[in-house]
Amino acid sequence: MDGMHDLGGRQGFGRIRHAPDAQVFHAPWEKRVNALLALAVREGLVNMDEYRHAIERMEPRHYLGASYYERSMTGLATLCVEKGLVTKGELDRLAGGRFPLSGESAPGRPNAARRQAFAPGDRVRVKNEFVPGHVRMPAYIRGKTGVVVSRTPLYPFPDAHAHGVTAEDEPTYDVRFESQDLWPNGADAAAVHVGVFESYLERVP
Amino acid sequence: MANRHDEQAPVEQRAAALEAAFEARGMKAADFIDEHTRRVDEEWLPRNGARVVAKAWTDPVFRQRLVANGRDTVAELGLTMPVHHRHLVVLENTEAVHNVIVCTQCSCTAYSIIGLPPDWYKDLEYRARVVRESRTVLKEMGLDLPADTEIRVWDTSADTRYMVLPQQPPRTRGWSEERLAEIVTKDSMIGVARL
Repeated sequence: MDGMHDLGGRQGFGRIRHAPDAQVFHAPWEKRVNALLALAVREGLVNMDEYRHAIERMEPRHYLGASYYERSMTGLATLCVEKGLVTKGELDRLAGGRFPLSGESAPGRPNAARRQAFAPGDRVRVKNEFVPGHVRMPAYIRGKTGVVVSRTPLYPFPDAHAHGVTAEDEPTYDVRFESQDLWPNGADAAAVHVGVFESYLERVP
Repeated sequence: MANRHDEQAPVEQRAAALEAAFEARGMKAADFIDEHTRRVDEEWLPRNGARVVAKAWTDPVFRQRLVANGRDTVAELGLTMPVHHRHLVVLENTEAVHNVIVCTQCSCTAYSIIGLPPDWYKDLEYRARVVRESRTVLKEMGLDLPADTEIRVWDTSADTRYMVLPQQPPRTRGWSEERLAEIVTKDSMIGVARL
């Protein structure tokens, strides 16, 4: 989905609040939420693709205004409701107020019907696809051409794995894009490497 | 009850509610939280990655193995990664090439190796900007790279994880591995600082 989470290349953001001794957590509840996610994954209640997609489905204004751990908590709570661990009403009651959750999910999809294997040096294009469910293709590479640098081990296909759809594991390719191809006359010169699932790619003749 | 039901509950109360829901299902959340907190505070620290970097600086054969297969090679030092992190790619900085990592869509990192991501790494600003304005962002963060240094930005868009292998500062030639590990920072393994 073209969600608010897909931030790469968005403009208008200011300076990074960087400090050499930057903290990971800022409040005790953040660490507890981080642990609840780990527990839910360990217990097989949720997988990481479902979790990422549940965060992506947050209402955009909520997403932008929430801290990292509030987003994490909202995604996890949404999945707990969807999977029947708890009801929305019970969460509201336990919280003593409204507990906002993420929006509904669109259907997922299996691997591409005709996948091609690629080798280092191959020129590839990211398919011009608009996927309603979960997808791990940042929008800034959609339709863009790059060069395969390497191939990874197989991973669960996120577009399926986030939705309980049966699919084959598939490799990702480290694809090197030039920033000037991604944002012509609108980027600092750099190579941008993205791990792209095989289903998202087509060969450039 | 402090809040009317149509008002959004404060974030701390929502977190406590979720934890209570886990407990109500017999999932023993409080015990797990203690165990997890110990891992966060004592195990998932940048000193792990610092050991890897220091060894790579002093042992060229280890370095070769590390670049060829990060996950198996860090395991030689007793360092493990979560099951879903199936692949660790180690990116070597040189005079000519500078690597920097990001996750534009969420905030993925090799946290068991380089430590959990700092707050700014998870902020919208870093995620939005570093892929497009890498040189500008690095300069703002205090890293002013020579104009002829090639910048490579790595967007963690799959469950492959990355860590940057910083360049060894010349002044540290001949130091022991232990002493070298002390100078390696989380920022340098993300690639927003050189040492």
